[in-house]
Amino acid sequence: MTSRFESIFLFVVARAMVPLIQVFAFYVITHGHYSPGGGFQGGVMLAASIILLRISLGEESYDRFPREAGIVIGGFGALAFALLGFASMAFGGNFLEYALAVPGMGAEELRYWGIFFAEVFIGFLVWGALVAIYDALESGGVE
Amino acid sequence: MKLFAMILIGILASFVIWGTHDLPERGDPQSPANLGVSTYYIENAYIDSETPNMVTAVLADYRGFDTFGEAVVVVAAALSSLLILLRRRRREDGSEGGLFSEVDAQKAGPDPSTSPSGGAP
Repeated sequence: MTSRFESIFLFVVARAMVPLIQVFAFYVITHGHYSPGGGFQGGVMLAASIILLRISLGEESYDRFPREAGIVIGGFGALAFALLGFASMAFGGNFLEYALAVPGMGAEELRYWGIFFAEVFIGFLVWGALVAIYDALESGGVE
Repeated sequence: MKLFAMILIGILASFVIWGTHDLPERGDPQSPANLGVSTYYIENAYIDSETPNMVTAVLADYRGFDTFGEAVVVVAAALSSLLILLRRRRREDGSEGGLFSEVDAQKAGPDPSTSPSGGAP
């Protein structure tokens, strides 16, 4: 799986598809308020775009998206989601109650943005975790 | 043994089918599932959080702690697969190598002197 398939069709089509998949994934993550979608679905699509790069480009994809980046992004998402919950506790709310003391914002608007950032962090988390699982499986059998 | 398993499955399946007779009708507005907190979500999801998509409001706000647990499970699965499937090699000075150092070393070419198994594969 580490050698690039020498096919010009696969090479061109994959490179054209990846940015479109990523843009649509960001749309799915950020429009979770209005349409079906959210962090989990968009994160899976981001991970699928990276795995498409891995399959089609082979070694070259590790220069663009290193192996270590997967679990780093996933861990960042989990940590940021947890800190979002603890931040509202610091302002007197419950865990993940989004009771942050931002001046000029009502409770409804705060919950709106709390949901938004929770979805974004879930997107990072799922993206990184699935790419890390793929890389761990792909590098298996190393003696 | 196979006959015993089939009889056991038949008995269990009959118990499950028997239990479905106590379930409420599908879509019954008076069923317990529709009288509890879901009515509150349907009426107040937009008022509370200005989020038109009720599913998102329940997922990330009312049930945020549940979602947090789900997300941490995904990261735990990734960490476990990395820990189980990757073998890290120690550097010559005894410090721990990077997470994918074994993979990178094999991609760079076999190096018998530092390989933990004592020889190139």
